[in-house]
Amino acid sequence: MNLFYFVAFLSIFFSLLVIFSKNPVYSVLFLIVTFFTFSVHYILLNAQFLAIVNFIVYMGAIMVLFLFVLMLLNLNKDTEPMKSSLLKIAGVVSGLCLLLTLVGAVKSLNVSEPLILKDPGIGLVKNLGKVLFNEFLLPFEVSSILLFSAMVGSVLLAKKDPKKI
Amino acid sequence: MELALIIEKFILVVVIFAVSLGVAAYSTLAERKIAAFLQGRVGPHRAGPGGMFQPLADGGKMFFKEEIIPAESNPFLFIMGPSLALLTACIGSAVIPWGQSMQFGDRVVELQVTDINVGILYIFGVVSLGVYGIMIGGWASNNKFSLMGAIRAASQNISYEIAMGLSLIALLMVSGTLSLKDIVEQQHGFWNNGWFTWNVFTQPLGFLLFIVCSFAECNRTPFDLPESENELVAGYHTEYSGFKLGAFLFAEYVNMFVSSAVMATLYWGGYNYPGMDYVFELLGPTWAPIVGIAVLFAKIFFFIFFFMWIRWTIPRFRYDQLMNLGWKVLIPLAIANIILTGIWITIKDNLL
Amino acid sequence: METQTSAINYLPIVFQMLVALGFVVLTMVLTHIIGPKRKSKEKLSPFESGIEVVGNARQPFSIKYFLVAILFVLFDIEVIFMYPWAVNFREMSLEGFDGLIEMLVFMGTLLLGFIYIIKKKALDWE
Repeated sequence: MNLFYFVAFLSIFFSLLVIFSKNPVYSVLFLIVTFFTFSVHYILLNAQFLAIVNFIVYMGAIMVLFLFVLMLLNLNKDTEPMKSSLLKIAGVVSGLCLLLTLVGAVKSLNVSEPLILKDPGIGLVKNLGKVLFNEFLLPFEVSSILLFSAMVGSVLLAKKDPKKI
Repeated sequence: MELALIIEKFILVVVIFAVSLGVAAYSTLAERKIAAFLQGRVGPHRAGPGGMFQPLADGGKMFFKEEIIPAESNPFLFIMGPSLALLTACIGSAVIPWGQSMQFGDRVVELQVTDINVGILYIFGVVSLGVYGIMIGGWASNNKFSLMGAIRAASQNISYEIAMGLSLIALLMVSGTLSLKDIVEQQHGFWNNGWFTWNVFTQPLGFLLFIVCSFAECNRTPFDLPESENELVAGYHTEYSGFKLGAFLFAEYVNMFVSSAVMATLYWGGYNYPGMDYVFELLGPTWAPIVGIAVLFAKIFFFIFFFMWIRWTIPRFRYDQLMNLGWKVLIPLAIANIILTGIWITIKDNLL
Repeated sequence: METQTSAINYLPIVFQMLVALGFVVLTMVLTHIIGPKRKSKEKLSPFESGIEVVGNARQPFSIKYFLVAILFVLFDIEVIFMYPWAVNFREMSLEGFDGLIEMLVFMGTLLLGFIYIIKKKALDWE
């Protein structure tokens, strides 16, 4: 249990660093470390496949995309847009609204009994596959359509050639 | 986990770490010797007998060189780049089984740092992290050549990672487990039930795809576009000097060692060899695993040699050829391999 | 035969990471201390084959690399989805072609996407 609190502390610490670092590339690096601590959380819950998926997809794929986007942007100091005070006020107001909603949601939450897993090995790859391909087969197949539409969308956005058509 | 086991694992980690660094260091000498042999030269031969101490001299030189951090770079990220590259190269070897369990008196020692349920995916994940060191290092240099090299490297690594993942799936369909220890145990011996036990004989196309992808992941010729010297000076490490340059180069050799070990483990039977049961009876549980380790290292050294052999045989690709090969040849082939394997296994299980 | 591992099996990986981290930090600090330091303005300027440096390297680059990165993320998720299937395939194949067909449906949609990408010439480098 102490280990959980230690890792949770690290997660929050690094996610705060993500927000407070000035350089966006530092933010990405800290976000990678934050995702790593999430992987540790999953392992502590014995959800090994989820841990490694988090490792590969979030740390290895999505963060690479983030870095690409940062490098695609012009990161010179002089081109950095000046944030107007109106935007800052809007940010504070919307942030406080979110906080209020969260506090309200937490207050109305009643503490439930700690969930006891019927099968502690559910997070292992083999068991997960069995569940995925029996009970959740339809959502799994539908998710492929989601991926397909994402592919089409990204190609449409990035590929614009006026010479054709 | 009791204390004795922790100490045992710690010693194993340190030994494997030292061995992989040693192998990587001597790979540099081997590379120069092989290059010299293929080009009809002598190669390094002054430092020690036959150039034996050349890696030590090179390493020492790297340590005492001046480190240059360019004025316009981002110093923190500039140091982070090579550090990350070396770090990710060094943690990949944790799940590779180096031999059968060894018996010292009452104590059985597993010659594997850890046997986790998702071993292959761990290696896959570490490989996908390898791109950060190059990308951050190249970007932090604030040099156009470095930036181009870094972006090329990143695009190349991520493109070939997909084909690598797909080629592994066909292997997993045959083996049915992600644990590397189980995969090696399934390849026990050499011949069983009228067919070879090693996976390369059931998955020849998968192995071919995997080896091409691991060449690309290690940024070795013919896929060394990120550091092609006639276009980009030295690619992502143009601005680096001293040990930081050494870290990038060293990471490449450590990666080569680890990927050779993975190839030997997944496809070429790992520490298994023909007649291993006979040797096991002859030598007993203490000494027989050592033969297995020697066999595994022989396979690893063969693959490292193969890496170098290819380097001096095949010229570099053009960038569009590289991307076409990755996306339009390897991925369809890998998918076809998965479907063929699926049909074959299903027919075999149901009709034969 | 099947190994059931728990969280404790991941402890040695933490060891390995600590050893690697220690090695990297040690060598980086050590070489920083023992190397000579003779700096000059020219030495610290970016190397561009001896020509005067124009601007810096913080410039946008071709969107094609970006497209490759997006497609990589999508295909990576596809590959990840296939791992639980591949591990269970041996057991599913004993009951006929169902296991294979389930995956072919999933892969078919993605192959459609792949064909679309190729037809759109999104991955062509001219």
